[in-house]
Amino acid sequence: MTDRAVPSAFTSRAPGAPRRVRTPRAAALIAQIAKYVVLVILAASYMLPLYWMVTSALKDDPQVYRIPPVWFPNPAHWENFLNAWTAGVLDFNLYLVNTVARYALPCTIGAVLSSALVAYGFARLRWRMRDLLFSICLMTMMVPGWVTLVPLFITFKKLGWVNTYLPLVVPAWFGNAYFIFMLRQFFLTIPQELSDAARIDGAGELSILFRIILPLSKPALAVVTLFQFMWAWNDFLGPLIYVSRREHWPLTRGIEYLRSQTLQSGIHELAFPYLMAVSTIVTLPIIITFFLAQRTFIEGISLTGLKA
Amino acid sequence: MPVPMVKRSQWSARQVRSELRGLLFVCPWLIGFLAWNIYPLLSSIYYSLTRYDIVRPPVFTGLTNYEYLFTGDNTFRLVLRNTLYYVGLSAPLGTVSAFLLAALLNSRIVGRSLFRAIFFIPAIVPAVVTAMVWRFLLNVHFGVINATLRGLGLRTIPFLSSPDLAVPSLILIHMWAQGSVMVIFLATLQDVPRSLLDAATVDGANAWQKFRHVTIPICSPVILFALVTGFIGGFQTFTLPWLLTQGGPNQATEFYALYLYRNAFEYLTMGRACALAWILFVIIVVFTVMLFKSTGRFVYYAGA
Repeated sequence: MTDRAVPSAFTSRAPGAPRRVRTPRAAALIAQIAKYVVLVILAASYMLPLYWMVTSALKDDPQVYRIPPVWFPNPAHWENFLNAWTAGVLDFNLYLVNTVARYALPCTIGAVLSSALVAYGFARLRWRMRDLLFSICLMTMMVPGWVTLVPLFITFKKLGWVNTYLPLVVPAWFGNAYFIFMLRQFFLTIPQELSDAARIDGAGELSILFRIILPLSKPALAVVTLFQFMWAWNDFLGPLIYVSRREHWPLTRGIEYLRSQTLQSGIHELAFPYLMAVSTIVTLPIIITFFLAQRTFIEGISLTGLKA
Repeated sequence: MPVPMVKRSQWSARQVRSELRGLLFVCPWLIGFLAWNIYPLLSSIYYSLTRYDIVRPPVFTGLTNYEYLFTGDNTFRLVLRNTLYYVGLSAPLGTVSAFLLAALLNSRIVGRSLFRAIFFIPAIVPAVVTAMVWRFLLNVHFGVINATLRGLGLRTIPFLSSPDLAVPSLILIHMWAQGSVMVIFLATLQDVPRSLLDAATVDGANAWQKFRHVTIPICSPVILFALVTGFIGGFQTFTLPWLLTQGGPNQATEFYALYLYRNAFEYLTMGRACALAWILFVIIVVFTVMLFKSTGRFVYYAGA
């Protein structure tokens, strides 16, 4: 970053002059070392919970309870992952299918399509009520979720949607203010000439959106897709309220149920290793996606991050 | 964007068409806004004035729910106290810890993106997994922290099973998962104008003085923003206390959202739950306005 800075007349030094006159080299070195020590200690303590999750998943019962704690499981029981996932009373394969097919996927498709349509109306069309409606749209970000939760439940109950995923999926098809805002900002950066040229060729607005705007907006669409999918994948409260039938549960409810079954009244055999194994499997796709798509995450966070 | 200048009263056929076209594109949001925001907000005013168990039709009872909450309900008072205690600590501590982490990362460091990943990842771990892992870590009998203490012959710490330590433990877990805020701060810190920092160096400022008098003021709008969202989120915290302590021990972590949930879905007092929701809305709005008003002097807006 320093090399991009414009050196002012005062800061530019004669070649060979000492970098900093007032700070002795030794003090600077100590400060550097102290910084790394603090960083490494902090990083280690931030990592500890997830490290403990993964290593505990590999342990057997004596290892889990041993004092002093076992930091490197030996022998490592890799079969725990498979057994915890399939061999228990709970069918996590079913919960995985539910999470993806009933919840995350339909939510994501709906959120991307509807938010893109709305954002196009706010970004690329000229009409009188546009700016007024857009500012109302931004204001809806401020409404706390817990304020509308109960009346919405009453509404969905009347519609007969309780015990289905409809209350969680259908609203996603009506656009999300965060995504609309983000896509609008992105659409605004696309040159108007591209749309104008297409209009002269007789293209309608919808085909401009799908043939020109969306193909140019892949980074923004990736953020929407990623975040909506992750929110649904991680969601616990929504399914807690609306999805009570066990064969419809998502993974998050399965994990909580596994805990209540194996740890509530007495501790079952391999309770902790299995619970940590399932937790690891559910977390792993997110962490892998993060490392594959760091930029998408970071960009999305700066726009929607405080919501999650 | 250029907005075409048109006289307000004239609506040519073309304008009507472009108006309708615009509305057509945003109609998913518009319908959703009416269905998922306006209607629930308004209908919950009505429900908050009724006794409603969702099975039988609602019975209009006037302000009884509000009266009960403010005068007769001891749990409500306890819940308010708990929530204020939690929010009052978790929002500032979460913001400060995220800011300090970002400041630490905002210098030339070997392996910077790795450190950033380590501090960020807890924020995207599913809340259920966070709850399971910390429940295990902080367990009095089997948790690694207490096992280590016992191994060293020290007294164990009942993190989640003592009324005094439950809220601080939840705050600790909250701070662990502040990676999103840290990423936002990191982006802000990278936008601090180099020229200002250089000017301060020329004036003889040391690293701390530059941090205190240049970096923090420049970042202050974002700090305030993080603080406000921290407060709003804190008032609504549910999943972690629900999964970690279920409101206990001895109701120490019975927070607003948990009490609202119980009223709606355990006691089936939907009317009272709606009253609670509206009170929460008012609290959040008042808190946000107060925060913006009271911090106005400390926040620096470049260009303002």
